Amino acid sequence: MYISKLSLVNFKNIFQVDLELSSRVNCFLGDNGQGKTNLLDAIYHLSYTKSFFNSVDSQNIMFKEAFYVIQASISNFDEEISLYCGLKKGEKKTFKKNKKIYKKLADHIGLFPVVMITPYDINLILDGSESRRRFFDALIAQFDKNYLLSLLQYNKLLKQRNSFLKTKNTSIDLLDVYDEQMVELANSIFKSRENFTKEFVPIFNKYYKDISSNKEKVSLDYFSSLIESSMKDIFINNRNKDQIIGHTSSGVHRDDFLFTINENPLKKFGSQGQQKTFLIALKLAKFEYIKLKKNITPVLLLDDIFDKLDDHRVGYILSLIEKNKLGQTFITDTNKEKIPNILKKLNIPSKLFWIEEGNSFKI
Amino acid sequence: MDFKSKLLNDAVEQMSSLPGIGKRSALRLVLHLLDQSEKEVKDFTKAFENLKEHLNFCEKCFHITEKKLCEICSNPSRSEETICVVQDVRDLLAIESTQQFYGKYHVLGGVISPMEGIGPSDLKVNELKERIIKESTNEIILALPATMEGDTTNFYIYRKLQDIQLNITLISRGIGVGNQLEYIDELTLGKSLLDRSVYKNKI
Ligand SMILES: [Zn+2]
Repeated sequence: MYISKLSLVNFKNIFQVDLELSSRVNCFLGDNGQGKTNLLDAIYHLSYTKSFFNSVDSQNIMFKEAFYVIQASISNFDEEISLYCGLKKGEKKTFKKNKKIYKKLADHIGLFPVVMITPYDINLILDGSESRRRFFDALIAQFDKNYLLSLLQYNKLLKQRNSFLKTKNTSIDLLDVYDEQMVELANSIFKSRENFTKEFVPIFNKYYKDISSNKEKVSLDYFSSLIESSMKDIFINNRNKDQIIGHTSSGVHRDDFLFTINENPLKKFGSQGQQKTFLIALKLAKFEYIKLKKNITPVLLLDDIFDKLDDHRVGYILSLIEKNKLGQTFITDTNKEKIPNILKKLNIPSKLFWIEEGNSFKI
Repeated sequence: MDFKSKLLNDAVEQMSSLPGIGKRSALRLVLHLLDQSEKEVKDFTKAFENLKEHLNFCEKCFHITEKKLCEICSNPSRSEETICVVQDVRDLLAIESTQQFYGKYHVLGGVISPMEGIGPSDLKVNELKERIIKESTNEIILALPATMEGDTTNFYIYRKLQDIQLNITLISRGIGVGNQLEYIDELTLGKSLLDRSVYKNKI
């Protein structure tokens, strides 16, 4: 799957661009703050129906303008798909596939898969468990509509249960009801996460080993209180505590995915290089997992990573591109020559665009 | 918006306090009333005063009535054996309009939702239990909305009534999740009532 044409109007600092793209590698080159990352964000937008950076849609409209439009032609084998995303100030976002408006944006998720590697990925290591849960939940939900439904129902019941606990009402019959309703959902969420981890971790391990030349042992493990005891027992054992503190202290909503190096937390014990390698392996594993499950090669967005990575890791990613393992790839870089020279040397077909003040000039 | 008259401002303010009525529509309605004769306007406001003054809730089922017992509860040709549990009067009227149900009702007054401050004690659940024990009830039909809150309430009622010899059934949920009963057409609703099944706790 690749984008053949991309057009933007009034998207962030980009007034208007129309790009004819290469099915292999496209480089957006230019100084910082010119709009390179905004172009990647526009592509991300077409996949996830929202920006990677701004959760408030209207903030993506160019300063003083009234609307933005992102349009693209996508090729998938013999099929041509047109995507359109437009937002007018004060109105609802319109998202169209082949000129047909989606009733629910969620229906589009997974149809045009994109994986983005960005310096912001570091937050997956630094933040609390919520950001890791969100990352993996989003990935699992792409392939399992039931998972998404269970998750939504569990979270709704959790909110109700917590509201009830906050009222300090001592009647336990309603707690019994919530517990029983949530137990089944928790079990199914737990099983899905466990099964996912079994499939995902070997892919991750393979990538980490490939990229890293060192002998350190890293691991990615699913952690849940349900590993040790059943959700039912967890509720029973924590009942008094939950009533005192006024919320649900344990359950699948507290699960985590643990990143470790030599059995210590990666956040504290991993060097910057090891953390970066971990994240790239994680994102490439996501890429491979989607490819495996969907039989569609996602589009890969590499935001500013060549600036921040050493030659060894850059070389590894480029070798994957060279072996044609990655499909269409977008690269941003501030150096006008470094990446183009390597691509030329490796004989990788590519198109180069110079980005300046929100305009694009083909090089 | 300021209409340069305190009386007009007040009237528009009151009218726009109704659900679904914005300031603009409120002004249109108020100006319309102003065009009417004094008697017409008196009749109009009197109707609402009477409604509030004389309408109350049935002692048995909490449906609206002008007497102690509602028309349905005092109708001897309706079976005492089956009670259909609904969240509010709108849903009761929706089921009534199917003409498929000949039993009695019980209006709960909502569904359990602590997030909105509605707990079990805010609903007529204990009254339902007392009624079932007193009357010769055979079956209760749970006809609450197909939402998480509806599910929670169904399960709560089920547990409350567990120790009573009674059939508990659930209207069929072919109806889309979250649909309000009042918006479902009569045929579909009638069918889901006929297709009811024995209640089992599952989501
Ligand atoms: Zn009655």
